[in-house]
Amino acid sequence: MSTQKLDGAQALIKTLEDLGIEYIFGYSGGAAIPIFDALETVDTKIKFILVRHEQGATHMADGYARATGKPAAVLVTSGPGAGNTVTGLMTAQMDSVPMIIISGQQVTWMLGKDAFQEADIFGITVPVVKHNYLVKDTNDIVRVAREAYHIATTGRPGPVLIDVPKDVSSGEFTGSMDPELNLPGYDPFESFNIDHSSIEAARKLIAKSSRPVILAGQGAMIARADEELMKLATTLGCPVTTTLLGKGVFPETHDLSLGMLGMHGTAYANKAMVECDLLINVGSRFDDRIIGKPEKFCQDAPIIHIDIDPAEMGKMIHPDVQVIGDAKAALSLLNEALPSIETKDWRSTLNGYKKKYPLTYKKQGGLRMQQVIDEFYQQTNGSAIVTTDVGQHQMWAAQFYRNDESFHWLSSGGAGTMGYGFPAAIGAQFAHPDKTVIAFCGDGGFQMTLFELATAAIHKLPIKIVVLNNHYLGMVRQWQELFYENRESGVDLDGNPDFCKLAAAYGIPSVHFKRPADCQRKIEEALAYKDGPILIHAECVKYENVFPMIPAGAALEDMITEPPKTQMEKPIGST
Amino acid sequence: MKAIATTDQNPVVLPIRQSSNTLSILMNNTPGVLMRICQVFSRRAYNIDSLVVSEGRTAEYSRMTIDLSGDPSGLPQIIKQVNKLVDVIHCYKHTVQNTVVREMLLIKLLASKEERTTALQVVEHFGGKTVDMTPNSMIAMFTGSTEKLDAATLMLGQFDVVETIRTGKVVMARGNQPT
Repeated sequence: MSTQKLDGAQALIKTLEDLGIEYIFGYSGGAAIPIFDALETVDTKIKFILVRHEQGATHMADGYARATGKPAAVLVTSGPGAGNTVTGLMTAQMDSVPMIIISGQQVTWMLGKDAFQEADIFGITVPVVKHNYLVKDTNDIVRVAREAYHIATTGRPGPVLIDVPKDVSSGEFTGSMDPELNLPGYDPFESFNIDHSSIEAARKLIAKSSRPVILAGQGAMIARADEELMKLATTLGCPVTTTLLGKGVFPETHDLSLGMLGMHGTAYANKAMVECDLLINVGSRFDDRIIGKPEKFCQDAPIIHIDIDPAEMGKMIHPDVQVIGDAKAALSLLNEALPSIETKDWRSTLNGYKKKYPLTYKKQGGLRMQQVIDEFYQQTNGSAIVTTDVGQHQMWAAQFYRNDESFHWLSSGGAGTMGYGFPAAIGAQFAHPDKTVIAFCGDGGFQMTLFELATAAIHKLPIKIVVLNNHYLGMVRQWQELFYENRESGVDLDGNPDFCKLAAAYGIPSVHFKRPADCQRKIEEALAYKDGPILIHAECVKYENVFPMIPAGAALEDMITEPPKTQMEKPIGST
Repeated sequence: MKAIATTDQNPVVLPIRQSSNTLSILMNNTPGVLMRICQVFSRRAYNIDSLVVSEGRTAEYSRMTIDLSGDPSGLPQIIKQVNKLVDVIHCYKHTVQNTVVREMLLIKLLASKEERTTALQVVEHFGGKTVDMTPNSMIAMFTGSTEKLDAATLMLGQFDVVETIRTGKVVMARGNQPT
């Protein structure tokens, strides 16, 4: 520790660097000036990226974290600056993404007095973060930053916000740069202490099964349990389906893969759920999008639930065996002595379903989003990092861009945040400058965060920005068609800009196509361009629906694989 | 409300309380922790009947007792969510059998010279204390179980009660069990 005097902001930046933070995405403002100043006065390797809107900063940090497993930081000012991060925080919290958010704040003696750009961001963000802090003493700042990092990255990860009043950041720091953490109520290391009896109980259930299925979620990915999962699946001969966020933790091109399950999952994954005699859930929280009607979900099969978060046990589905802990630790233990079971018949049944209900789309009668996504998949050999917005294109991307590796599929699952895809791709591209990063955006979602075109252009990030434009909010339109007698309300995006001209305004080149025949050539052209971002404007057919589909709240056996002949009943389940 | 038939044909109405659940929480004594805990309940549309917070044995920690009525089926989930909060050391659910439960009641009533003696008899009957007295008013204080305080409130209701205030339940687990 040098004898040079530090202020709170400088101590904070030094601490973030010490913790391994590589990037800070942010937007400046009055209350955060001392912290921005520290970025100049402290000799640091941290790279600061100026964004165009605070929501963009949070999604960039989110994309960086999902592509690496490591957190980035977000730095914003007080009031509206911090307020604009709420959607990004919620997105990260719902999907267990680590993130450190630092918000400037009014001086401590003005708190609660409606001072300029003062907002109770601590109070506002309590429901959307894993934890948060309002620092009131400069000498607490290093301990708080270290605690925040520890909390964000251990156990079930999540965003942690630190609100730093201006007098705290500019006050003199005289504390220790390596203080003891004070977290008596937080012990994430418990999760590596797996209850052996629960593992034994799981083995007994496995030994009795002949039609098992593994459901792998993001918990398996966060724990980096890919190898253990592969060993479990291949030793047992057990098919694997993943959640939307689990895509890639088990290679989707593997013979045992059933792809994604759930509302728009593959028919064979959902049929496996209905017909299995054992479900092994590794790190999925049984989201309502995958269980449909809870009381009918896997009703004849016992369930083993492995999750790091005890609060997920029995929240949606009551498991027969609960294994609380880190997925990698739990699977390593389980794999030590796996029973030998015969699953050949079961696999052949499922292979039959794979042949009977393949994922398909038409290449005639106009360009379909599925074809664009499929073409990107073929031309990149499935090796790109893919981000999405939310809606129809997201589900088609999940179906047709198969992932063979963890940390390559970045999509807002729990929160379903439109506008996530493009900024998340920026974060991912910063994390992996040499990888191909594709942002699949809808015309709706893209327009929510398109201002980050400037950020992508300035840094010459070679992102493939794919705007899948059907001039509609397609998923809502699909629901209105199926369940609301085709009454379209608030879904026609009449007034969309010319996306290519828009890109050109930022100095970004583009390709445009609307005929299926041009798809291959234009995508080749776009992928060949490496000097910076390129926008691919794919004008697609307006009326196309995502199938298979399980209406919200319906049982998995009520899945439809093609357009229904009659009007469907309104879903009674979650939205 | 349940009516008890009495000999004079005028039923006395006693309040019937729904069975309640009592949670005891040990937590960091930091600003905002109360909000974090309340948010777990309000997000799930649970109504808190009473809530008592005070400093723990050392100033770093606080103690909280929460009393809830309503559907207990969601409670195990709520307890886990409370336990998950970084600021919470532990959250336990207690039953009447394994705990000592106490509440305090302050009741202010108007009592003239003629009424005062009768009022004092009632206070004494329930083991209460008079903590303030003026020529036409008094404040009585009672401690005890919720039911006892209900009964004292009912009896003093015969007088001109102007204000009542209750602390809400505090609990402590019996024997070696932690609270």
